[in-house]
Amino acid sequence: MPKDSGVIGASDKRREDVRFLTGRGQYTDDIQIAGQAYAAFARSDVAHGEIVSIDANAAKAMPGVLEVFTGEDFAEVGGNPAGWLINSRDGEPMKEPKRPVLAHGKVRHVGDAYAAVIAETPEQARDAVEALNAEIKELPAVVDMKAALDGGPLVHDEIETNQCFDWGWIEDNRAATDEAIKNAHHVTTLELVNNRLVPNAMEPRASTGIYDPGTDEYKLYTTSQNPHLTRLLICAFVMGIPENKLTVIAPDVGGGFGSKIYHYGEEALVLAAAKKVGRPVRWTASRSEAFLTDAHGRDHVTKIELAVDAEGNFQAFRTETYANVGAYLSNFSTATPTFLHGTLMAGNYTVPNVYVNVKAVFTNTAPVDAYRGAGRPEATYSLERVIDKCAREMGMDPVEMRRKNFIKPDQYPYAGAAGLEYDTGNYDALMDKMEELADFAGFEARRKASEAKGLLRGRGVNAYIEACGIAPSNLVGILGSRVGLYDAATVRVNATGTLSVMVGAHSHGQGHETVFPQVVADMLGIDAGSIDIVHGDTSKIPFGMGSYGSRSLAVCGSAVVRATEKIIAKARKIAAHMLEAAEGDVTFEDGNFTVAGTDKSVSFGEVAFKAYVPHNFPLEDIEPGLEETAFYDPANFTYPSGAYTCEVEVDPETGKVTIDSFTAVDDFGNVMNPMVVSGQVHGGLGQGIGQAMLENTIYDENGQLNSASYMDYTMPRADDLPFYTVDHSCVTPCTHNPLGVKGCGEAGAIGSPPTIVNAVIDALQSGGKDVTHIDMPLTPARVWSAMNS
Amino acid sequence: MYAFDIERPSTIADAVSALKAEDSQALGGGQTLIPTLKQRLAMPSALVSLGGIGEMQGVCMSDDGAVCVGGATTHATVASETANSYSGLSGLASHIGDPAVRNRGTIGGSLANNDPSACYPAAVLGSGAEIITNARSIAADDFFEGMFATALDEGEIITEVRFPVPEKANYQKFVQPASRFALVGVFVAKYADGVRVAVTGASEDGVFRWSEAETALSSDFSASAINGLTVSADGMIGDLHGTSEYRAHLVKVMTGRAVAAAS
Repeated sequence: MPKDSGVIGASDKRREDVRFLTGRGQYTDDIQIAGQAYAAFARSDVAHGEIVSIDANAAKAMPGVLEVFTGEDFAEVGGNPAGWLINSRDGEPMKEPKRPVLAHGKVRHVGDAYAAVIAETPEQARDAVEALNAEIKELPAVVDMKAALDGGPLVHDEIETNQCFDWGWIEDNRAATDEAIKNAHHVTTLELVNNRLVPNAMEPRASTGIYDPGTDEYKLYTTSQNPHLTRLLICAFVMGIPENKLTVIAPDVGGGFGSKIYHYGEEALVLAAAKKVGRPVRWTASRSEAFLTDAHGRDHVTKIELAVDAEGNFQAFRTETYANVGAYLSNFSTATPTFLHGTLMAGNYTVPNVYVNVKAVFTNTAPVDAYRGAGRPEATYSLERVIDKCAREMGMDPVEMRRKNFIKPDQYPYAGAAGLEYDTGNYDALMDKMEELADFAGFEARRKASEAKGLLRGRGVNAYIEACGIAPSNLVGILGSRVGLYDAATVRVNATGTLSVMVGAHSHGQGHETVFPQVVADMLGIDAGSIDIVHGDTSKIPFGMGSYGSRSLAVCGSAVVRATEKIIAKARKIAAHMLEAAEGDVTFEDGNFTVAGTDKSVSFGEVAFKAYVPHNFPLEDIEPGLEETAFYDPANFTYPSGAYTCEVEVDPETGKVTIDSFTAVDDFGNVMNPMVVSGQVHGGLGQGIGQAMLENTIYDENGQLNSASYMDYTMPRADDLPFYTVDHSCVTPCTHNPLGVKGCGEAGAIGSPPTIVNAVIDALQSGGKDVTHIDMPLTPARVWSAMNS
Repeated sequence: MYAFDIERPSTIADAVSALKAEDSQALGGGQTLIPTLKQRLAMPSALVSLGGIGEMQGVCMSDDGAVCVGGATTHATVASETANSYSGLSGLASHIGDPAVRNRGTIGGSLANNDPSACYPAAVLGSGAEIITNARSIAADDFFEGMFATALDEGEIITEVRFPVPEKANYQKFVQPASRFALVGVFVAKYADGVRVAVTGASEDGVFRWSEAETALSSDFSASAINGLTVSADGMIGDLHGTSEYRAHLVKVMTGRAVAAAS
């Protein structure tokens, strides 16, 4: 039953929506700083070129121009680093080229910034960029990964093969996997492309740099999912600013989807420029700049094999993937195709042998990094497509084949063949619920009705598991992470009993400002409306690692719980003093401390007041004040799982696919706010359907981005999407965090692409078409071509 | 966007005069021009807005029964004002772009731009309409001269478009998924003296009449009448949204659907 508002499990409406929906959000570009100047960037229009010379004299003489920067100005400062060190199969560390603030020597992708102009107005800055006289000698570009490895032009002269790494997971399992495939009853092979995506957050990236010569302090307003991580990267790696001298503020942020995790050169530029010109310097990306320079997502080319015995029991998965990292290593770009992908390649299954080989390749394209789901959509897509193909080849029902191989509820904790230990799950229960909600029994009748209209109806299913709550620092440290992935919260109880909760997580659409107070209010028995969340400002919040990887609630929320527990513990001491009782005799319920077995009690608010007005206070035993901080580092990943199905109709005359229904059944563990969770699933489904049906990032052979605007890059629109049936009632709570939560932000984007492709293949086969695979996006043109080839 | 001056004439004569200035550019609804300016792909010295010219606004019927649309009339107005008088035209106008586009974009602006994937050229050519300018009248068959090219002279303004009303008509658009312009759009109109079929989106030469289909449909106005016809992929647009073969195929499919839906 739905609970009342303001507690765990209640569908509180999102309080942040009041300002978002009434135009009162304060985004980086809304924050006007007195005296600000504007930056504009000169960006390469060729994919690969040698910077022969840049003559800035004419630009510097333009009206309003304050300063011009080129790569030379940053030649001595540090590079923007990769956050994970990956070792190749032979033990060699990955190749890690320097990623400069501004391109120096060479430009390596269309959009690569090689100069910047600071001027009084944005228009003057752009005018001066056009007046820069840059001689860039175009070099042959390489876009295709296999061509890059096969003697193609070198993106970085010092990396002789264009290969970043050649990673095996788990190398010790390779021989057994090869053997299992060699001896298998049947092996299904599938080659597929996981299409490159442009993140397309509604708010483009923006940064304003401020420098105060009086205090030698910098301040950066920026579009970040993790202000502390951005500060760390700028201070420790790129600019060498003492960390105590830089404040990073990520105010309201209009979506990130991964693309705003990373530090970008523009952030360093506006800081350096602010110091040089003695003025605040701001930059806001145009949509064109966003297409060309935001870190893209996915872009894998994969061959996957599934070996089964005669009964359809999985014997082995073997995967060979080429992962495009683009021209430079973005911060998480090496983790995404490896530990966020390879470790998930056992799926929900009891398969004994898994081996994954990933070759990461430099090309003359924009950097590629984590995008909603980050490696797990790629893993799920490969697995769930090859399983579907195998079921057809074996003449088995695709649902039954999955059920036959599921890990069963009594097998947890389950150490899978890809190296992760899953704590809980119940995949059959998810499938049962999915079949019920999607009316599996009525499918044949619906198919006949579609056929009567001249349409082909198909049904696709998918089971996924993901590793969320990123991540246990001890584990990721072993795996090559250069950062820890804990999070932190400070709960400050004010003298009047209201609370400010400072969190390391950053909300850029997730709803933290609503949900975190529900958790605290539930624990303290007070009104959630008296609790506010503070996030996004490194000068206010404890050192947390931000929001991505469906980690906010599972990691930062756990820190909030731990800090609140400390508050309760201290408040109980104060209450015991006030009640003149032994601490052990004081109970806490519904916001009141009570001496057990009596009617003597004080409210939480009275205790808070006492903490700050400590008259008659046992100062020798208890400090005044009521404020506690907790850091939380999880023991394991969390493992959300789900069963998805959809039905599609295909128009055989045009190839147009219409999604008739979509049912998503997820196990997110305990749910704090069902409405917010449903909203997260809806958003993820929209992006997954976008990938499956609409979105594609196309570079031509010269490295020009052909799909560089909304005229050619298809974003999902409301009428592309069906009404969703979303369920999260099948709950196996996470065993190792205090709330029993698993994370829900990425699930929809992970589970939906294979569901749709499986459904379309089912539809085409029902129409007698011998089509076993179509690469995403399943545009009408592609579906029609597949049907008629 | 580069800096420019803006003129807002209230008469056609003033607009024509203003357009004589060097590098001046007529501004209709701005649905193509403004994004082009924002990307700094054009650098006019002055924009001459046609939106304030009262005599170029609205829809009326001529004495001979033609639907007359002022050149500065928005798609939304055409959609609503022709719903009873010319439902085929109304249907086309009501599916151009999205509500924001339809309430800004104008018929004159669309025709003068002659985007090869725009909808209006199909209606104008498919209806055998007459394009009236400040200087002359141009038959639809003589107006479209290939991608983004028309018979208009420099500074010539489309003041009105006159559509003969057919017995039946329909427009079928198969959208390019991203822009939602026509990947292939077919306008079919049945007149007493024959059927006209105009195709947009498909050809490298812009909007064109599919004469074989016109002949077949003029003798038998049914979808099956074109079953035996094929459309060559030669000269069709091939791009990241569809091959020339796909577009050629869609021309036939959309024509059949337009005939079946004509009313």
